[in-house]
Parts: sequence; C-alpha cells; structure tokens
Amino acid sequence: MTTTTGKNPQPSREALQAIDQPLSKAALPRWAPWGVLVLSVVVALAVLLPGGTSAGAVAVLAALLHLVLTAAVSGAKEGSRKAKDRVVTALVTIAFLIAMVPLVSVVWTVVSRGAARFDAQFFTWSMQGVIGEGGGGLHAIWGTVVVTLLAALISVPIGLLTAVYLVEYGARSALARAITFLVDVMTGIPSIVAGLFVVALFALVVGPQMRIGLMGAIALSVLMIPTVVRSTEEMLKLVPNDLREAAYALGVPKWRTIVKVVLRTSVSGIATGVTLAVARVAGETAPLLLTLGLTVGTNFNPFEGRMATLPVFAYYQYTQPGVPAQAGVDRAWTAALVLIILVMALNLFARLISRLFAPKGSR
Amino acid sequence: MSTPTRAPERGPGGGGIATGTKRRGDGLFRGTATGAGVLILLVLAAVAVFLVYEALPALSPDAEVDGGSLTAYVGPLLFGTVLAAVIALVVATPVSVGIGLFISHFAPRRAAQGLGYLVDLLAAVPSIVYGIWGIVVLSQWMVPVYAWLTDNLGFIPLFAGPASASGRTILTAGLVLAVMILPIITALARDIFLQTPRLHEEAALALGATRWEMIKYSVIPYGRSGVVSAAMLGLGRALGETMAVALVLSVSNVVTFNLISSTNPSTIAANIALNFPEATGIDTNVLIASGLALFVITFLVNFAARWIVARSGAKA
Repeated sequence: MTTTTGKNPQPSREALQAIDQPLSKAALPRWAPWGVLVLSVVVALAVLLPGGTSAGAVAVLAALLHLVLTAAVSGAKEGSRKAKDRVVTALVTIAFLIAMVPLVSVVWTVVSRGAARFDAQFFTWSMQGVIGEGGGGLHAIWGTVVVTLLAALISVPIGLLTAVYLVEYGARSALARAITFLVDVMTGIPSIVAGLFVVALFALVVGPQMRIGLMGAIALSVLMIPTVVRSTEEMLKLVPNDLREAAYALGVPKWRTIVKVVLRTSVSGIATGVTLAVARVAGETAPLLLTLGLTVGTNFNPFEGRMATLPVFAYYQYTQPGVPAQAGVDRAWTAALVLIILVMALNLFARLISRLFAPKGSR
Repeated sequence: MSTPTRAPERGPGGGGIATGTKRRGDGLFRGTATGAGVLILLVLAAVAVFLVYEALPALSPDAEVDGGSLTAYVGPLLFGTVLAAVIALVVATPVSVGIGLFISHFAPRRAAQGLGYLVDLLAAVPSIVYGIWGIVVLSQWMVPVYAWLTDNLGFIPLFAGPASASGRTILTAGLVLAVMILPIITALARDIFLQTPRLHEEAALALGATRWEMIKYSVIPYGRSGVVSAAMLGLGRALGETMAVALVLSVSNVVTFNLISSTNPSTIAANIALNFPEATGIDTNVLIASGLALFVITFLVNFAARWIVARSGAKA
C-alpha cells in the first residue's frame, strides 16, 4: 500500500518472518497418549506396590499421573492450547471409564452371586411351606408379570390417547399445554409417592390395610403413563403431514386417518416407547412394597390377596433372610439376577424393534 | 415440505371435512382422546388431594408423633433427603457432562452410539439391585477410603469421623444415588450437545480452534441451560429414590454434616419404605404427611427444571 514506487515491491523483513513460519507445528506422535498411559500405570504400580495396594488406588494414581504427564509433555512440545485439548480429552475419557466401573461391578456381582441358585428349582418352586434352604421365586416371577402387564394394560390406552389428543386435536390449546407441562412434571414423581397415593386412595374408598395386585398396577401406571405419553407424542410428531392430508383428500374421516394412517405409521416407535416404559416400571420396588406386600404362594388374581413380586421378594429375602441366612441371601441375589435379565431383555427388545422397523431415512 | 397447517378440520372458507358430513366416530374419538388427557390432570390432582387428606390427622397440632412434633420428626428426614441428593448431584453432574461430551464429540464416531447404550444400561438396573450392590460392594470399597479421609482430611468437618466400620454412610448412599442419576443427566446432556448447530462448530474449527476451544466457545454456551435443567431433573430423581438409600444407609435420624460416621440422617423416602409396611393408625398418617412433603419438593424441583427448559426455547 505505502510503497508502490518500485516495479518489484519487496516485503518488509517482519512480514517475511511472519510468512516463513511452518504451517504445521510440532506434534506428538499418534501413540503418545497410549505411551503416557502405560508409563503412568507402571509408575503408579512401582510407587504403590511396595506398600501393598488395591487396584482402585493404582487406577486413581495412574489417572492423575496420566493427566499431569500429558499436560507436561504436550505443553513442552506442542504449546499450552494443544496441551489443554489433550488434558480435556483425557478427562472426558476418564469420566466415561468412571461410569463403566459401577456397571461392570453391578453386573459382575449380581451374575456371580446369583448363579448359586440360578437353577431349575428357583423357576419351578414358590416359597410355599419352605423354611431354610431350597424354595424358589416362581410366585414372584408370576407376580411381576401379572402386575406389570396389568399396569401396561391401564397405562397404554390412556397414554396413547393422550398423545393422540396432544398431537392431533389439542395443537397449542391451553389444555394441551397444561397437559404437556404436567406430564413432564409427573415424570419426576418419586415412585414411593405413587405408592402412597394408591394406598391413600384405597384406604379412603375400600378401607385401610388393603393389599391387592391391582393397587400395585395402579401405582405403576402412575409412573408409566408419562413415559408412554412422551414417547408416543414424539413418534406421532414425526409422521409427515402429507400422509394425513392425502387421507383427508380421499375423504377418510379424521379418526380413521389417525387409527389407520398416523398410528400405523408410527407403530414401531410407539412399541419401542411402551417396551421401555414397561422395562422401567418392572424394576420398581418402593411402590410395590407399600401396595402389594409379600406372600409365599403363587397368586394369579390381582383383585384379591397379596402378591409377591421379584423386587419385593429380593428385598425381603435379603433383609430378613431367615435361618440359615445364606439360603435367603442366595435367593435374593438370584431374584435380582432374574430381574436384571428381564429388564435388560426388555431394553434390548425395544432397541431391536426400533432398529428393525425404523422408518426409512431417519436415524 | 407442506405448510404446518394442522388437520383441515374447521378450515376457513368452508369445504373442510368436518363442515361436511358430521361423523359420529369423529366426535367419539375426539372425546375419548380429550378425556384421556383430562384424566391425567385428574390423576395428578388426585395424588395431591388424597395425600393431603390422609396426611391431615398428622398435621393437626395435637397429633402424637414419636419424637414430639411433626416438624421435629420430619426435619432430620428432610435434611437427610436433601443432603444425599446434593451429594449425588455434586458427584454426578461433572461426570455426566464429561460423558456427554465424550460420546457427542470425542469418541470415535462409529463407536459413539454403542458407548451411549452402555451408559443407558446403567438406567436399566433396578434400584433394589443398586441397593444390595451398595451394601455388599460399594460400602466395602469405601471403608479404606473413609479411614484415609479421617486420617488425612479429618480437620474438614465433613470428614470428621470416626469413620464407619461398615461403610454404610450417607456418603455411600449419595454415591449410589449418583450412579443412578448419572444415565439420566448423561442422556439429556448428550442430546443437547449433539444439537449444537453444525455451523458454529465448524466456524470455530475453521478459525483454528482446537477441539476443546471449539467445545468451550460453541457447544457449552449453547447447551448450558439444558445441562442445568438436566441436573435438576437428576436432583428430582435423587430426592425421591427410595430402595437404594433404604438398604445402604444405617439410620439414626440425626442432623449432622459428618458424611462418613456411623450415625447418619435417614431420607424421607427410605423412612417410608422401612416403616410403612408395619405402620398402623396415626403412624401411617405421619408417614403419608412426610411423603406429601417429598412430593411438594420434587414437584417444585421438576417444575423449575421444566421452566428453565421452556424459557430457553425447548431444546431438551
């Protein structure tokens, strides 16, 4: 700009120096994070082993060393910005690994301890007349199945219809907004409060000390309905409006459009949501503890008498194991194992539905 | 794409379907759907009404509650509830945000979804299982940690000790709760981080930002309110969680900030679960009254969380 006299303007020395910098800066090799990790584990072991140690202490020290070493090495070679980036990468990875510790530990503990009684007797016997060793959880398994199915039977129609109202009819009316908001709030009702509510309801209507399967099912429904509403609502919103308009153009009444077109299109998503909701309530303990109590025998009738369910069975077998205590504790672990298998199977099943029947073009 | 017109039910200018033949099915279906929605409102109202009604006998001033008045009974429980939930929140929130960032921005693209499922699996473990695991495994892990804390950090009132020999302290209960709310906060945080506008991220990277700087200047500002509400939803869950605390904690109904001794405050939910099956008469009403207090608190927390979400433009 300023020096336009010469034919060949020479850039100033400063400008040349600025241009002459390499485009890429020095970088650590790709294996550097792993190398630092190995180094920190070795150092941690070397420091802690002489005094006798636990795996947890080594892991904590190695993680800290890894962070410090990464910061030091990268800071010296690559500069502070890159070093910060590497430290944050290490931090979030550590956060993920921290979350994996309880998952692995829970699964390992339950599987290894539950395996002791994971036998044919557990699945064919109830606790009728069983004192001490032996016995099984058949009554509890059936109780969980009956109560959960009944809860699904109550909450799926209500949840489905509410979602239909919110998406197809309500559309930004004050009522729809109130329902959406309160359903969101209802998602956070503590499960024990749902149990208390049902107990209070039946105490007023029927009389106190009432304990039947239906009460448990209603309590679970209170917890399940919001989940069903939310997931169904999301699915219905995904149905393209073109489909609805095409149906109207053919003269199809609105309710038939909803049933035959909208719900039909989103059925896989709805099934996924319902399965996840069932999985969520199948493991609930607190409301069932209050509303169902426990029995020793199999009871298929949710309208009369107490019922055993897996979570409550596990709870009482663990806290009041009887004599010999080990037999009760073993039964509790096996009940927990069966419950985990049931819930995880439902979860996997839900993912399978959504993956196999997902509409084309969506994630 | 089509314009966002809803069903042409009462379209202006006439010629809409509904203005033609009135179909009985339509009215019926609409009525049923609306009824289901209203039913939900009624259920929520009924929860409040029935709890209040059953709690009334305990709320009257001349009611006899063990330990004197109702407030003297519920006070320590309330304290324990909040303390355990706050511990859980303090532990779980940073870890969850870290995991959310890991899955959304750091993990290899191909593995990210699978890793997300792994974290979701944590939510699939029933609370009773966490409770027993907390007693048998986590408490044992924590015993040496608590001893170390008392020896080295005993001057902080939180760790004054003497350390519990069984490890079944309010801190252990809080850690179990943290594990339980981790997947909830993580799932929400992850979704919010993934919704960051692509252009913001790529603009930051194009200006030469490192990955962390890109996250600091584009992802975190975008997701901040969402993370706050996710944490509050987690808090609501931690306040109401029952069985894990009921099993893990060895209770003595005191108010203390000493997190690692063997005398611990109980929580409302755990207290109900432990005492309700055997309660009769006025005790039942007292327990229901404490449940009502829990309901009100969680309702307010969730209300606030949803309000934050709604105010920030419904991102979650």
